[in-house]
Amino acid sequence: MTMASIGRLDRPRMEATFSSRRTIGRFIALVFFCLLGLAPAAAVQPDEILPDPRLEARARSLSAQLRCMVCQNQSIDDSDADLARDLRLLVREHLKAGESDAQVLNFLVARYGDFILLKPPVKPETIALWSAPFVLLIVGGVAFVLAWRRRSRGAGPAPALSAGEQAKLATLLGQDER
Amino acid sequence: MIVETGHYALVLALALALVNAILPLWGVLARDERLMGIAPSAALVQFVFVAYAFYALTYAHVVSDFSLVNVVENSHSAKPLVYKISGVWGNHEGSMLLWVLILTLFGAAVALSARRMPQDLHAVTLSMQSWISSAFLLFILLTSNPFARLASPPAQGNDLNPLLQDPGLAIHPPLLYLGYVGLSITFSFAAAALICGRLDAAWARFVRPWTLLAWTFLTLGIAMGSYWAYYTLGWGGFWFWDPVENASLMPWLAATALLHSAAVMEKREALKIWTIFLAILAFSLSLIGTFLDRSGVLTSVHAFASDPQRGLFILAILVFFIGGSFGLFAVRASGLKQGGLFAPISREGALVFNNLLLTTCCATVLVGTLYPLALEAMTGEKISVGAPFFNATFVPLFLPLFLAMPFGQILAWKRGDLLGAAQRLMIAIGAGLAAMLVFAAWQGRPAVAIGAAGLAVFVIIGSFVDLARRLFGGGAQAVWARLRGVPLSAFGAAFAHAGLGISLLGLAATGWGIEKITTMKVGDTLEIGPYSVVMESFSAGQGPNYSERVARTLIRSGGVDVATILPASRFYPVRNQSRTEAGIATLWLGQIYMSIGNMKDGSLDVRLYWKPLVALIWLGALVMGFGGMLSLADRRLRIGVARRARAAGPMPQPAE
Repeated sequence: MTMASIGRLDRPRMEATFSSRRTIGRFIALVFFCLLGLAPAAAVQPDEILPDPRLEARARSLSAQLRCMVCQNQSIDDSDADLARDLRLLVREHLKAGESDAQVLNFLVARYGDFILLKPPVKPETIALWSAPFVLLIVGGVAFVLAWRRRSRGAGPAPALSAGEQAKLATLLGQDER
Repeated sequence: MIVETGHYALVLALALALVNAILPLWGVLARDERLMGIAPSAALVQFVFVAYAFYALTYAHVVSDFSLVNVVENSHSAKPLVYKISGVWGNHEGSMLLWVLILTLFGAAVALSARRMPQDLHAVTLSMQSWISSAFLLFILLTSNPFARLASPPAQGNDLNPLLQDPGLAIHPPLLYLGYVGLSITFSFAAAALICGRLDAAWARFVRPWTLLAWTFLTLGIAMGSYWAYYTLGWGGFWFWDPVENASLMPWLAATALLHSAAVMEKREALKIWTIFLAILAFSLSLIGTFLDRSGVLTSVHAFASDPQRGLFILAILVFFIGGSFGLFAVRASGLKQGGLFAPISREGALVFNNLLLTTCCATVLVGTLYPLALEAMTGEKISVGAPFFNATFVPLFLPLFLAMPFGQILAWKRGDLLGAAQRLMIAIGAGLAAMLVFAAWQGRPAVAIGAAGLAVFVIIGSFVDLARRLFGGGAQAVWARLRGVPLSAFGAAFAHAGLGISLLGLAATGWGIEKITTMKVGDTLEIGPYSVVMESFSAGQGPNYSERVARTLIRSGGVDVATILPASRFYPVRNQSRTEAGIATLWLGQIYMSIGNMKDGSLDVRLYWKPLVALIWLGALVMGFGGMLSLADRRLRIGVARRARAAGPMPQPAE
């Protein structure tokens, strides 16, 4: 086996290999692009920035909500990928054309689907996702209150002694006195 | 030869793990003390074998033995020694070996340090630990053998991924694994308690140091990883709500909840079922995290299909342990008698509130991480769940914890007085409000940052209010005497809580950061925040296995030079990859952060940040870890040490 063939064989495996730890997951996209031979560019680059600071601020906040679709859970604002750069430029072009934030987002969703939104829209498929935290909090809280009330009630004064127990107690006390 | 003996040692460790999984358990069922007695020595020898295997792999990496697939894929003879060593766990196979090494290390530590526990509980705990190590040893040997040889070895290796050639790799994975693999011990203790029917305050006391130890390492490991990402990735981010990050955050949330509910169980014999549930949950989440990381389901669906064997194997392990333990829990926990009663406004009530929020946070992260996978599997529809989702759900759930934290520390057990607690916290509340005014005057908007900073100061001061009252309540002369009376764990709790407050202050201050993305020429000066930044020179250099371009940059304040930073861009020819090396100067608690990009016609793309108070984010984690260590050093928590009678005797070693 030659060096080159080893290199080729290893490459597909590397992705899985380096997903080993948390931040490393971030690196995968970068590694992936390097492997494809694409020179990594920095995230937002000076030449992309719009002259109008207010428009640029809107572009940045929009970019932070948009997924770089070839990366792993990275926004186009953070990503080094070429696709992310193209999308950043696209967002800026639409803003320059005078579109509102919502119009830009609608355009991108129509083109790429909900996958591009890092904050999934509320719709039938995502109701469970969005409601989960609050439902769990309420269910957990109610479960605790119920358990607590049941226990407080269960632990009332001890039941009175039965006749047999009374008699036993009397003999024990009697023994003690003697 | 050493490599083969390492491989063999791993097989022997598996054999021992299988023996230790079965015999002590049998011994408990048959009430045979000799069978139970096997457990500690088998756990120790198992550790020795795995440690030897780990040594063998490290040896192969250090001497660059390119007849090993693992070494060829991840090493290069020119790589610096420190990365040859840390490169051992910078890959799937080696990091699984580290995983098992730490698993057996904890088994060995329990075997050595808990001899005064009831023998059946001790034996079954070690047996459970061996069940886990059997499964993972089998996984390594069958699907991820690090000792696989090549028939015709190449002359040179492929080098380690440049992003991993960093001191972070030497520290971060071991710390993180000590944390989340360490939770296996609490899991084993919980399963053993269910099997032996020994679920009482004593059990909570046995488990506490282990949970605390794992939690401390997990805290430090997560913080370390976040700082690593911060300085390597080049845009100053440190937490991305990435699934792989979430995989480490979930066990941390569960372990934090567990620490608190175990305190209630230890002091008041309440919340027993819940504590056991959390102990099982915490490690189950570690297993889910391992599955998410290793199977490739997250990286891409194709990676999963290309090597389904590993993913399916871990899935099987996951189903077996999580299913088995919760099955055991369902059968045995219902028979438990609950202990002490308490009013809703009480220390216990506050801890229940803490647990409710922490577990909801944990569930939110779990749902957010798995939902896209589940939705795609069921309907084929792809959605993304990223930072904006977690900011909208996790953050509002987590913030109330900061408000409640100082109150929880002050409320009395059984029945507390909320108004009285608020009165005692007046100083903290006042400090928080004052801080808000100071920050508003100093930095101004955004309001969120001001509010969060005020909350953080309230938590930091509030954490020490109870301690101060106990120390200084009786006049200045009595302080020394009182100092000896206050347990170390009280100091530990105060520091851990304050640490979280310190981190919050750092997070709040990110709102006041300044970013400049621009181009600079040599000699240019740029004003940012209170500093001016001068690029002095731009030069090329050569490292052991990379070439680099460095922008030597001076930071000045009021005409005086305060620091020099060396942001660089490195190129690793073997892998044809580059990475940025941010230049960071910590000035007071803020940082100037600079990373460089491409050079065009003599002007360099730079990203420059001024991040006030940002160092507090990680400093807070260190303070939290310090709190954990203090609490761990508390003599009262050490197993088998009577409280006062032995105080005069030699200091026992802290439980490991």
